[in-house]
Amino acid sequence: MSNETVSRFDLDTLLDDRGTRIIVCCGSGGVGKTTTAAAFALRAAERGRDVVVLTIDPARRLAQSLGLTELDNTPRPVAGIDGSAGGRLHAMMLDMKRTFDDIVVEHADAGRAEQILSNPFYQSLSASFAGTQEYMAMEKLGQLHARGEWDLIVVDTPPSRSALDFLDAPNRLGSFLDGRFIRVLSAPAKVGGFGAFKLLASGVSLVTGALGKLLGSGLLADVQAFVNALDTMFGGFRDRADATYQLLQAKGTSFVVVASPEADALREASFFARRLAEEKMPLAGLVLNRVHPQLTDLTAERSLAAAEQLDVPNPTSAQALAGGLLRLHAERVELSRRESRLAGRFAASHPGIRMLRLPAQAEDVHDLEGLRAVTDAAGPAAA
Amino acid sequence: MNTAETAAAKDWPGVRLHVVTGKGGTGKTTVAGALAIALASRASARRPTAPAGPRRTPRVLLVEVEGRQGLAQLFDAPPLPYEERLIATVPGGGEVWALVIDPEQALLEYLDMFYKLGPAAKALKRFGAIDFATTVAPGIRDVLLTGKTCEAVRRRAQEEGRTFHYDAVVMDAPPTGRITPFLNVNSEVSGLARMGPIHNQADAVMRVLTSAQTAVHFVTLLEEMPVQETLDGIAGLRDAGLPVGGIMVNQARDVVLTDVQLKRAAGEGVDRAELAAGLADTGLDRPAIVDALAVLATEHARRVLLELEQREALSGCEAPLYELPLLTDGVDRVGLDRLATALRTQGAA
Repeated sequence: MSNETVSRFDLDTLLDDRGTRIIVCCGSGGVGKTTTAAAFALRAAERGRDVVVLTIDPARRLAQSLGLTELDNTPRPVAGIDGSAGGRLHAMMLDMKRTFDDIVVEHADAGRAEQILSNPFYQSLSASFAGTQEYMAMEKLGQLHARGEWDLIVVDTPPSRSALDFLDAPNRLGSFLDGRFIRVLSAPAKVGGFGAFKLLASGVSLVTGALGKLLGSGLLADVQAFVNALDTMFGGFRDRADATYQLLQAKGTSFVVVASPEADALREASFFARRLAEEKMPLAGLVLNRVHPQLTDLTAERSLAAAEQLDVPNPTSAQALAGGLLRLHAERVELSRRESRLAGRFAASHPGIRMLRLPAQAEDVHDLEGLRAVTDAAGPAAA
Repeated sequence: MNTAETAAAKDWPGVRLHVVTGKGGTGKTTVAGALAIALASRASARRPTAPAGPRRTPRVLLVEVEGRQGLAQLFDAPPLPYEERLIATVPGGGEVWALVIDPEQALLEYLDMFYKLGPAAKALKRFGAIDFATTVAPGIRDVLLTGKTCEAVRRRAQEEGRTFHYDAVVMDAPPTGRITPFLNVNSEVSGLARMGPIHNQADAVMRVLTSAQTAVHFVTLLEEMPVQETLDGIAGLRDAGLPVGGIMVNQARDVVLTDVQLKRAAGEGVDRAELAAGLADTGLDRPAIVDALAVLATEHARRVLLELEQREALSGCEAPLYELPLLTDGVDRVGLDRLATALRTQGAA
């Protein structure tokens, strides 16, 4: 719009900068993070970068178009990209359980790894703990970075309701795994003896007794077995989580917050932007995804008035066609205004955050052409 | 209006627990709120069966389980504590109550109910055991959330003239991808807690969830991915023996073109000469406006055809479809009431 004061986030400058090594796409669920991440990765590759994109949960057809027909936890080259600028694109889909299993296998000797992998508590933790997916996404990012084969890694983040989960969950899992409670559980044999230890021991038996009553003693036995088997890896988890967290603060890492032009999504984006600032993690900008630009300066009121003037009984007449489209236009103007208001509100409370508007596509994106259209639609100023 | 209301066969007789799920971004919480309002209105439209009996105020509980304070935002209320609070009333006196279930407090409450733990409860907290049991063992967390909800469903009324404290309970449930494991607490927990009260609680919860008292509704948009997730979700529920309810198609669009015009607009584009002629009387037949309307027509037509495809896919799964209009003015109480009316007139409540 004419009174636009929001500064524009220049996508191509970010993608072309060889100093940009990692781009993390965050945002609440349902805003189009995966598509945005894939579209950015494709654009970067076609502009000459050697890119790998880590997706979490792509739509089936989009996954197919990226060559991700099976979930094998390894980057695969994407066919059909324009490599004339010398770029390449690899894509992979995160397999959370397998990533966790790999860590276990890597860090424990064969016998112990076997023990851990078959433990029912481990199986539950690795398949469904509310932070495992985030933790494993970070872990995978760390691994891809360590391989050093790509000069740009684009990461999609898990579809949690809150964007903050991506930053918090790994820490939650880490602190659980070497937390106080689990250590107490794992070390009942070591306590006992003198003074304070005696007290602690009685506290522990009180706790395990109560939990045993509540959960049944089978679960506690599983946890204890798991923790004992995992003993050598303790600290390891925490260290790995910390290392990846530092990677997120490193020079060369940029965050992109994706939001749809809706109050909830922008509220989440707002929390996330503040959090990034606190953590000293660089925010490249906000992607306002699926916006509906106004196509002419014809107002909604004028459109509706004209549509009423054209109200005729015959639905196949030229007037009916024009009237129907004018009503559609009036709706579009209202929607566009509301979206601009929401964007303006975000910009006002976050001065300095650049914004990139990606117009809504008429059809679902499920091939490379569709992905190109996503970033192309941002207009020539993006180039 | 009254005859229409009584004539509309309501599709879920006997259902007292409505679980609402949907992919992120489809408007799950909004639809759950609208359904609660619709149910509170429905009950108030019915005359009390005993003419001399006391007039009973219909009461619906809306439950939040993800701790995001989505209900407070939806009803423009301050953040809700772990406590049942009146959040909205409907014309006729129906009440919508809200409860945000906090798993940690639910666990403590639960412990208090079954044991006199005394100092052990403190010790549990101090050692992070509560964190452990609620945050980490996901099955247990789910049992606590569904358990508390089922308790509200089964709660008997204290006052005369009603059997249950709540006429209906609506749960704003986790997203589609997680709904089956979330509700199928029995199999989730059986691997972890093989005996003990949590295990028994899971059995009790399953009895409610698999009964004819429960229906799981899916909120979707007519887009590829939400529809796919809905179909997967429905298949998952059916495999687990959980009752599938209806499909709420949110943000449904009106079609403004005829079939012939749609086909043409989606392909070569609308007939611009015809469009200009149609606009002539209004003085808006300027090229820039014709261009803009032609672009809109193509977008609209493609979207409508795509939606038809998705609707087709949904109709294959034998669950009733309800259509909810797009709220162009944003979601507020006026908008919620509009959605609630749409749900009622279509028989969902």
